[in-house]
Amino acid sequence: MEKLEKKVLDLLQEDARYTASKIAVLLGKEEKDVEAAIKSLEAQGIIVKYSAVVNTEKTGEDFVDALIEIKVTPQARSGYDAIAEQIISFDEVKDVYLMSGAYDIMVTIEARTIRDIALFVSDKLSVIDGVVGAATHFILKKYKESGVDLQPQENTKRIMMHE
Amino acid sequence: MDYRKYLSKNAVDIPPSGIRKFFDIVAERPDAISLGVGEPDFDTPWVSREAAIKSIQKGYTQYTSNFGMPKLRELISKYYKQRYNVKYDPKCEILCTVGASEGIDLALRAILNPGDEVLIPDPSYVSYRPCVSLIGAVPVSIKCTEKEEFKLTLENLKAAYTEKSKIIILPYPNNPTGAIMEKDDLAKIVDFIKEKDLIVISDEIYSELTYTDEGHISIASFDGMQERTVVINGFSKAFAMTGWRLGYALAPKEIINVMYRIHQYAIMCCPTASQYAGIASLENGFEENFATIQDMVQKYDIRRRFLVDEFNKMGLKCFAPKGAFYVFPCVSSTGMDGEEFANKLFREMNVAVVPGGAFGESGKNFVRVSYAYSMKNLEKAISLIKQFVEKYTK
Repeated sequence: MEKLEKKVLDLLQEDARYTASKIAVLLGKEEKDVEAAIKSLEAQGIIVKYSAVVNTEKTGEDFVDALIEIKVTPQARSGYDAIAEQIISFDEVKDVYLMSGAYDIMVTIEARTIRDIALFVSDKLSVIDGVVGAATHFILKKYKESGVDLQPQENTKRIMMHE
Repeated sequence: MDYRKYLSKNAVDIPPSGIRKFFDIVAERPDAISLGVGEPDFDTPWVSREAAIKSIQKGYTQYTSNFGMPKLRELISKYYKQRYNVKYDPKCEILCTVGASEGIDLALRAILNPGDEVLIPDPSYVSYRPCVSLIGAVPVSIKCTEKEEFKLTLENLKAAYTEKSKIIILPYPNNPTGAIMEKDDLAKIVDFIKEKDLIVISDEIYSELTYTDEGHISIASFDGMQERTVVINGFSKAFAMTGWRLGYALAPKEIINVMYRIHQYAIMCCPTASQYAGIASLENGFEENFATIQDMVQKYDIRRRFLVDEFNKMGLKCFAPKGAFYVFPCVSSTGMDGEEFANKLFREMNVAVVPGGAFGESGKNFVRVSYAYSMKNLEKAISLIKQFVEKYTK
């Protein structure tokens, strides 16, 4: 990544709605150079999607989030990849990571009810060849999501100073 | 009891701070959006906080050397050499102070006699004038103008100089204007300062917050200037450590010695835990090549460009300052001066900015806007200021 691309990326990660012209102002650069940087970031597959970070608790919809730790037996030749690819294909799955430590694959999942998640684990996940165990952890409360404090309050630590 | 007859005349005569007055009103509305404060919105780096906690746990809570801990002074010496290319002997040319504020007071008290004149760029930080007056010396304004980006020019310096001038205060990067003195700007005034045998108090507290490729230039790095300069700096702005009250003065040992004597009787030493935090800040800084500061500067820089652009777009002329974390737009186009603008803006929009006149006569038609706030907060404030300005611009 070039230096400008890195700066543009930092800003877009902060706010994906910044336009090229606004970014140009904020960085003191030419608009066309910023546009080129954004195109290049997209072309390289560095920026893969522009989306909103949502505080789901405020939507009024029913939802359950869970983390699932999965133990697997790696397959001959394909290792973990073949199992991961099967897990990726389910729509309710948000993230899939290969992990170091006590278990192998971590999945985050969002569903409407606890029962939906239970069914997902028993009917879809556990039956995959190579999956030898799964531990499901339900998320009780979200304090911070994608770097955003979900109980936003302006910094009240500062008192009014005269300097 | 009529206390007036008991109180010191010099002290009673100090005018109340114009900003204080304004913030007393602001404080009544806790929901106001304030762009007023002069301290970083970042937290002190964790390594520094941890070092202070550990020092307390271990019971390192005694007095330290009244100069400041030797290790701290060594690190400050290394820091000034590496960052600004000026060398100070940690044994006798560095004094740790309770914030840069104490350093300013000590330097003035060590050098001035009643009747001496002190040249102070106008507008500037609010504490220089009262500190000078308390000694019975005389503050003299050097006019700085927006046309010259509030830099100190030789012409205006000459106009303010008299035979009685003894000190010139050099407060750059400047609070409230954000002006800096680049190498060429300093080069134009050093000969005059030497010729007139002036002592410089260079308040460099915002030195790390300089938005040029060259970075901050200290006047002490010029030929023949170190011997007549007292550099004042501290940890507040560079390391987001305002509440720790840790600063330092760098000067020839003859001056440091007298400052030290006043410090020893009035203060003794800086808070010990703060000194441990300061050591950690600098050690960590060297280790990571000051990456934390660079990150902070990059964020400030983005906010700075945002505000300058927005104020100019709404017709409040605003030069692009290259230092500190303030912009200083002119509000004349609204038909108001800074004070009226700030008062009305607060009453009608619940947004607080500081009237420029609080920092001196030359700031009368301006307001000081701090960008030590999140972009989100700044965007919200700007949209309200924009509505306000549209209403009042004919």
